[in-house]
Amino acid sequence: MNAIPFPDYRHRHLLGIEGLVPIEVTALLDRAEIYAQRNRSPDKFSEEMRGRTVINLFFENSTRTRTSFELAAHRLGANVINMTVGSSSVAKGETLIDTAVTLNAMHPDVLVVRHAESGAAALLSQKVNCAVINAGDGAHEHPTQALLDALTIRRRRGQLGGLEVAICGDVLHSRVARSNIHLLNVMGAHVRLVGPRPLIPTGAQALGVEVFHDMREGLKGVDVVMMLRIQMERMQGNFFPSVREYFRYFGLDREKLALAKPDALIMHPGPMNRGVEIDSDVADDFERSVIREQVEMGVAVRMAVLEILAANLDHTESTSTLEKR
Amino acid sequence: MAVPKPGRVAYVNARLLDPASGLDVQGGLLTEGEEIIHFSEGLFAGGHVPKGAEVVDCGGACLAPGLIDMRVQLREPGEEHKESMLSAGRAAVSGGVTSMVCLPNTDPPMDDEATLEFVARRARLNELAKVYCYGACTKGLRGEELAELGIMSDAGALAFTDGEKAIASAQTMRRILAYASTFDLLVMQHPEEPTLAGGVMNAGDLATRMGLAGIPREAEIILLERDMRLVAMTGSRYHAAHLSTAEGVEIIRQAKARGLRVSCDTAPFYFALNELSVGDYRTFAKLSPPLRSEADRLAIIEGLRDGTIDCIASDHSPQDQDTKRLPFSSAAFGAVGLETLLAISMELVHNGQLSLLDMLARMTSAPADLLGLEAGRLREGAKADLVIFDPDRPWQIVADKFLSKSKNSPFDGRPVQGRVLRTVVDGRTVYPQASSSRPAAHA
Repeated sequence: MNAIPFPDYRHRHLLGIEGLVPIEVTALLDRAEIYAQRNRSPDKFSEEMRGRTVINLFFENSTRTRTSFELAAHRLGANVINMTVGSSSVAKGETLIDTAVTLNAMHPDVLVVRHAESGAAALLSQKVNCAVINAGDGAHEHPTQALLDALTIRRRRGQLGGLEVAICGDVLHSRVARSNIHLLNVMGAHVRLVGPRPLIPTGAQALGVEVFHDMREGLKGVDVVMMLRIQMERMQGNFFPSVREYFRYFGLDREKLALAKPDALIMHPGPMNRGVEIDSDVADDFERSVIREQVEMGVAVRMAVLEILAANLDHTESTSTLEKR
Repeated sequence: MAVPKPGRVAYVNARLLDPASGLDVQGGLLTEGEEIIHFSEGLFAGGHVPKGAEVVDCGGACLAPGLIDMRVQLREPGEEHKESMLSAGRAAVSGGVTSMVCLPNTDPPMDDEATLEFVARRARLNELAKVYCYGACTKGLRGEELAELGIMSDAGALAFTDGEKAIASAQTMRRILAYASTFDLLVMQHPEEPTLAGGVMNAGDLATRMGLAGIPREAEIILLERDMRLVAMTGSRYHAAHLSTAEGVEIIRQAKARGLRVSCDTAPFYFALNELSVGDYRTFAKLSPPLRSEADRLAIIEGLRDGTIDCIASDHSPQDQDTKRLPFSSAAFGAVGLETLLAISMELVHNGQLSLLDMLARMTSAPADLLGLEAGRLREGAKADLVIFDPDRPWQIVADKFLSKSKNSPFDGRPVQGRVLRTVVDGRTVYPQASSSRPAAHA
């Protein structure tokens, strides 16, 4: 057997950031950095994944993430199939496994999965022989989002270690927040969570973060402000009273931002609710807002992850409990 | 309604009482404009009063910080036939109350900034007792969706409660407490488990004999025990209103011992009366929570004595004849209390159960500290909100003479000791109403 192509990342899948070590994160980011540069050149396409099949299996609507993965796979020369499955109301687990078994029979190389339930990607990884990328599972993890955030910060600040990062808003329901907490912690940044108490999960401190319920306090002196999306429909009245009250105390505007470092980066995983969690004035500040750059880095990160998992596929063990191929 | 600014007033020959500092001396007090500028033992004893000062001879009566009644139902806006800000203001000052904190159960309810500001503006016009408000915990007091606690707090709401309604859902209560603790706000609960509180009087043998549906003491116990768990979980500030049972007092006692940030109050009904008052189907003694057993009454007094119960509030609930002169089960809950708060509470002092200063603390400095009010203390530079009262003067409560629009008092006809002689708000005498400096005649 030949040597493993990417020896610094030896996992079969990318199901989450939790458990990754700095060398693994760095390997993914370094590879993504190459693609970030190439994506800005006229010659964007290559053949690293020629002959490979990528299935985007989305049980939750998503245009941005799915498009990003799709473009990433195309640029590496892979064949891409998109499957958007409406989530059935009953027996989701059963449906998921059935779908997995069916897809597995088609011999894909990489399965990109998004699902509304935490743990869905991990469950699926036990039923297929290919590599699985978690593109968001419930409120659990969204590892490629954390990687693209890290790449964006690293390109602007040179490194992640030693930075003060405030993650603000609905941490309770956010997979983006969880993945970012793990990644930033393992890379030596200091994470603060900022939000009204009902939106900060119980025992958050155990994740190694500092919790603030006063946004002004929480933003004091930070290098990076990461805003999270508020899901207004299901939140209003339950977790906070109203949009106007939320915006007054937890929306990012000039006044609150003034407490962060003068060159603090403003980030948002999108899609933004302008006037709810972020003021347009701040979101569109091209000196400090790196929100568009995040989208750009998304493609690069996904190219790196797709390439590494596909290339290592013959050197890593299948985790399927069904059959070996 | 513009009132000329008061000048200098010298209160001479007074027994100065300041519960916060434990001061209890013979002396005098000088106010200028709206503020206390000086007070001390023996002040003006030699008759040397500053030139031009109006002299109020207290005749040896007590001079204390004006009372803060932390639980009043205003009925305005919405039910002005039962009470209005003007009538409640008059009733308050005649009872020595200089600050009222009002429940949000008006119509419309005080669940947003605009209603709070309307009430504040209307209240300022009366220039009687000061009016402060609680904001609603939930929109429309429905116990479902969170109200704008942050914005209302910025608009002056002192704390948050759904008034006479308990927050029934544990999940809703958890979120209210968690959200309130974001801003370190105080949440005040009406501790009655609503599905158990469907009756009309205390559950027990008396209710059985009278053929009335009972409200078991467990209604209070269960909700308080649940809430203590939620307070421990969220670390928030919590206040239980009008405790009525021995177990309720014990739950708060233990919660305080465990270091939870909890407090509670009771109303004079619960230490001065027991369930026997509803005998003969007296609807004026139909209260929420209901009057309990004699053992509960004594436990409430013990709770006041050992400091478990922080405050005494009147729980002033005006009801008109139409809603009270009904068969017992159909009649409304509640009783007026502004005008009897001090006199009934004085019974604790006369019975040797509480010192005069301890009793006063529970309706001056204690509620002020709890709600963050700059009131309830004798302090130089503080607003001159004062009450002058004769602690021993006997009188008989006659509900028909109340200044409140509603006369629904279970204390009608009761002989009491302790009479308010004069009430001063921001340096102005607001009771008795005539702008004379003569203490009120025995009424």
